[in-house]
Amino acid sequence: MEKTQNNRAWFMVLPVLVLVAFSAIIPLMTVVNYAFNDTFGNNVFFWVGLEWFEEMLGSDRMWEALMRQLIFSAAILAIEVPLGIAVALSMPKKGLWASICLVLLALPLLIPWNVVGTIWQVFARVDIGLLGNTLAEFGIDFNLGQNAGAAWATVILMDVWHWTSLVVLLAYAGLQSIPEAYYQAARIDQASRWAVFRHVELPKLKGVLLIAVLLRFMDSFMIYTEPFVVTGGGPGSATTFLSIDLVKMALGQFDLGPAAAFSIMYFLVILLVSWAFYTIMVNLDREERTE
Amino acid sequence: MTDIPATAAAGRASRAGGTDMAGLRRLVSYAVLIGYLLFLLVPIYWLVNMSFKGNLEILNTMTLLPADPTLANYARILGDPTWYMGYVNSLIYVVMNTVISVTVALPAAYAFSRYSFIGDKHLFFWLLTNRMAPPAVFALPFFQLYSSIGLFDTHIAVALAHCLFNVPLAVWILEGFMRGVPKEIDETAYIDGYSWGRFFVRIFMPLISSGIGVAAFFCFMFSWVDLLLSRTLTSVEVKTIGVAMTRTSSATGLDYGTLAAAGVLTIVPGALVIWFVRNYIAKGFALGRV
Repeated sequence: MEKTQNNRAWFMVLPVLVLVAFSAIIPLMTVVNYAFNDTFGNNVFFWVGLEWFEEMLGSDRMWEALMRQLIFSAAILAIEVPLGIAVALSMPKKGLWASICLVLLALPLLIPWNVVGTIWQVFARVDIGLLGNTLAEFGIDFNLGQNAGAAWATVILMDVWHWTSLVVLLAYAGLQSIPEAYYQAARIDQASRWAVFRHVELPKLKGVLLIAVLLRFMDSFMIYTEPFVVTGGGPGSATTFLSIDLVKMALGQFDLGPAAAFSIMYFLVILLVSWAFYTIMVNLDREERTE
Repeated sequence: MTDIPATAAAGRASRAGGTDMAGLRRLVSYAVLIGYLLFLLVPIYWLVNMSFKGNLEILNTMTLLPADPTLANYARILGDPTWYMGYVNSLIYVVMNTVISVTVALPAAYAFSRYSFIGDKHLFFWLLTNRMAPPAVFALPFFQLYSSIGLFDTHIAVALAHCLFNVPLAVWILEGFMRGVPKEIDETAYIDGYSWGRFFVRIFMPLISSGIGVAAFFCFMFSWVDLLLSRTLTSVEVKTIGVAMTRTSSATGLDYGTLAAAGVLTIVPGALVIWFVRNYIAKGFALGRV
């Protein structure tokens, strides 16, 4: 659609601008303030420049948390995206059964995150949890509190449980938008199931899948509540992801300067990746419209 | 329940020519779907199962069904104001947030879908970056901000804080729906002498009512599931359910039964909301905007 040039449209976006600026810019300025200053309390600050940033970049702790974070995000993307597509392909297209599937699928998305953590914490415990107990019956040592492998497995399984549905719903919506005529054409050509997926379905899913990857990357990169409830970042610091480390530093040890510097770098990484995705998305959008 | 997928599958099989390969494929497809749904439901089943047990049974035996079903855990929550007010408080700020987010997002989404203006693309991207802001980064500054303006421990503080990620989301979703409405409708209304406000409320909003529903659903969802910010911004007056749930672990050892019952009760509002919007969920996602 051709848009009209009209700068008075600013008045319509003004309420949003004011509201979001209030919740975003003022807190962000606080963080920036802490990042460049040091304090001995009583709101007396003095300028330390880039010292906190240098300290954080030189500390192994942040790099280790970043590595764990990247491994975690890569692992859940590698599982959730193919699984989500597979489930979406196997869903009925319409009718009561499709509604039931949709409601069941959406259920984990609407459970408060700390409750998700609680569910899995309880579920994976050897003494009272179905999963932990069953594994113990088979002689597998599955102790969340001591075994880093078990803690990782639980956290990844939990995220797959919690968020694969989002990928399913996106992919399902994408599949719904493919006109029946495309499938008829493929049938006339006697295309194999794989060929239909590769040449009809996958191209149409490109847009929604990109959004799915973007959302899952972002949200897994900021994950805090669920692993915190399940493992508390442990055993040791085996599942201490970026956000958990950050909160530990800021609220636990009250190292506000380094924590703020950490926050800013963390936010910049997210911003950079979002920008890259956003640019790709806008280009895809434009391609589709010119087609 | 079984004959519905069976007929659907029969239709699909006949289309594929009814070969053995198609039959096998159908079988695999059901196995994937049913396996996945079971995987989703088993942990929830375990929580529900625990919520009907006493602590003694939870700790001492592994039973797939409560040997001695009890409603005591639910009675404890529904009979104690410090417990059930947690749900009421959470619902209050969630509803406030949903109303505020959708209201301010409506005109903004209209502006983005209809007009181009200086800085529109930058503004849109800036809004989206707030959807990407890690709540952990904002927890402490939010606490200081709302304390300094005297809003700490109020419903509106949480509702405003959640606007950080819900307003951009609502703008994004609504813009997608509005783009689908032909511009000629606006122009015809203006020719007929409608003012912008009257046109927007009387004609335009009914046209995108499903979009408003989807946007409200996602605002509700993301405000309901966050307990990190709501816990940081409230203490005594407005106790949220998250605070109440952490309490079970401190008082008299860990009270698993009550914890499970409280967890089950947090699932209920979400499940109700999904049932009402089930036909719109797929449509909302179809726009690829969540």
